Amino acid sequence: MMILSGDRPRSRILSVLLLVIVVALAVTPFVFPGAKAMNVATKICIFAALVASYDLLLGYTGTVSFAHTMFFGIGSYAVAIALYAIGPSWGAVAAGLAIGLPLAALLALGIGLFSLRVEAIFFAMITLAVASAFLVLASQLSWLTGGEDGRSFTLPELLRPGTVFIPKNVLGTAITGRTLTYYIVLVGSAAMILGLLRVVNSPFGRVLQAIRENRFRAEALGFRTVFHLTYANCLAAVVAASAGALNALWLRYTGPDTTLSFAIMLDILLMVVIGGMGTIYGAVVGAAVFILAENYLQSLMGAASTAAADAGLPLLPGLLHPDRWLLWLGLLFIASVYFFPTGIVGRLREMARPQAEG
Amino acid sequence: MTELVALDPLPKPKRDILPLLLPLILAVVMLPLIGSPSSWMTLTVASLAMGMMIFIMASGLTLVFGLMDVLNFGHGAFISVGAYVATLVLLPLATWVQADSLLTNLAVLAPAAILAMGVSGALGLIVERVLILPVYGQHLKQILMTTGGLIVAEQALYALWGPQIIPLPLPTSLRGSFIFGDIAIAKYRLLAMLVGLAVFLAIQITLNRSKIGLLIRAGVENREMVEALGYRIRRLFLGVFMVGSALAGLGGTMWALYREQVHASMGNELTVMIFIVIIIGGLGSIGGCFIGALLVAMVANYGGFLVPKLALVSNILLMVVILMWRPRGLYAVTNR
Repeated sequence: MMILSGDRPRSRILSVLLLVIVVALAVTPFVFPGAKAMNVATKICIFAALVASYDLLLGYTGTVSFAHTMFFGIGSYAVAIALYAIGPSWGAVAAGLAIGLPLAALLALGIGLFSLRVEAIFFAMITLAVASAFLVLASQLSWLTGGEDGRSFTLPELLRPGTVFIPKNVLGTAITGRTLTYYIVLVGSAAMILGLLRVVNSPFGRVLQAIRENRFRAEALGFRTVFHLTYANCLAAVVAASAGALNALWLRYTGPDTTLSFAIMLDILLMVVIGGMGTIYGAVVGAAVFILAENYLQSLMGAASTAAADAGLPLLPGLLHPDRWLLWLGLLFIASVYFFPTGIVGRLREMARPQAEG
Repeated sequence: MTELVALDPLPKPKRDILPLLLPLILAVVMLPLIGSPSSWMTLTVASLAMGMMIFIMASGLTLVFGLMDVLNFGHGAFISVGAYVATLVLLPLATWVQADSLLTNLAVLAPAAILAMGVSGALGLIVERVLILPVYGQHLKQILMTTGGLIVAEQALYALWGPQIIPLPLPTSLRGSFIFGDIAIAKYRLLAMLVGLAVFLAIQITLNRSKIGLLIRAGVENREMVEALGYRIRRLFLGVFMVGSALAGLGGTMWALYREQVHASMGNELTVMIFIVIIIGGLGSIGGCFIGALLVAMVANYGGFLVPKLALVSNILLMVVILMWRPRGLYAVTNR
């Protein structure tokens, strides 16, 4: 059995694009050591893994889940609560993972067995309901989760920004606990994405695609579709919870707004559609493009809004206000579902195919 | 010529009344648990009023799904739009709203509700043409498109009206309660109940006593057969979609008055409850939707009174219990 999948990017432009993203992420702490750049890079890593796990569901099985942020939140909260309650030690991180990941898997199993028997649309509605109930619970059970304020905690000594391994005068940039955390996030996310790539190219992944194309026929071929779908759901949940744990380690904080909110669910949907459903590579491209745009285009929108306000135009300042970012994103989302259902990766592969054949 | 022999009449389908009794049973069981009859009465009326409002909002969604297999995840947008449009009438005419005369109050409420319905219905037309028609028959894309529509609508409301919560006071003559002995019944809840009942009856009569209703019911049962008989089911569907959107707008107006505030995210919040209602009722079933709405409202009200902490997840629990009993909802529509 191979550890890596044989699934290549299958497009030269895509390969270059992925290489640029990976190299840029790998050298970020040295080239762009500022706090904002580091935050953006970490968010790209974490969301690439999270979106890839969502792609396993949406792109490969064709089921829409609205509960993915819930699993993300479970992983995040488990680590946060463990570190908060036990104190800053590696044992606490391990305890958080040991509770969070199985909990996510169990919950996914329950939801799957309950609602994947029938149509995909049923699953979408039920996950939406469960996720919203979970959000309410997380913000109400303040003795456990800290309520709306969330939980801030201290990391183990090794990961703290104050821990300096190599002082600034040696390499030009100080290598601190923060840098180490960044590389843990980067390596962890990369491992998850490669693992998912392996899963979707295994026989199991082929069955998932068969179910997506024609569930009835897959069942007629003798596959227990409910088993496969539920298994994929649990797998996606565990990866999402792991991504959540990395998120908690980086932010040193977990709250409803950073993990559970509906806005994050929409971000995930947008990233997977923009990047390209059913490719896994699309998750990396989608997350990178989306998060870069989110962080750097919003200021552009702010400038445009002020300019429109100065010019005395009606309505436009409100529409271009940086807070209305989601409005344009929503339009982009509809347009991309309609015009580019295969996303960036799908487009690039289509462009590459005639060349390869001709 | 052989004479036609009068055959035995078709056997009447068995009426399934157990789900119908469910709200009744729930109410009776709750009486001893709550203890005081006056609070029981208040809670029951509150749940009936809330249930009726939820039904008004949810009915369009379930019919659209039953008829055309289209689930509109952006249904909540019609609710918020309806509420915001109603404020366009209610806030400028605040003096009429505050006048202590039922007639003046109704004279401003009625146009507000009608305008809300008109605008949401028109928006329904646009949504159906722009978002749903291109991806007709593809569930995955439908969900994505309509979710995108929901985001755009919510953000457009923020852009047009601003992010703040708009207070929307109840008309003076609808404030307060009627007092019978030690039972207090809020006036607005009574009105909401009456409007809800009227809508329910109107839908039932249309569905069961008119030709259009016959076609809609036939379409729910077997779409292709109706098409084969020469009816343009797409046009019928568009009509149902618009009426459903208009009802969502009406429900949004009523809900905004009930909560006495309007906010762009209200539709989003109600969507979850509406989904639970139509899942409980059985996707596509109007009767099931009605009972589901009542059950959800009752569990919310009784649960909130008895075990306030539980009320947070009561809807989910109710859904789990119902689906354990009947996995396709209370009244499963046959061909799904």
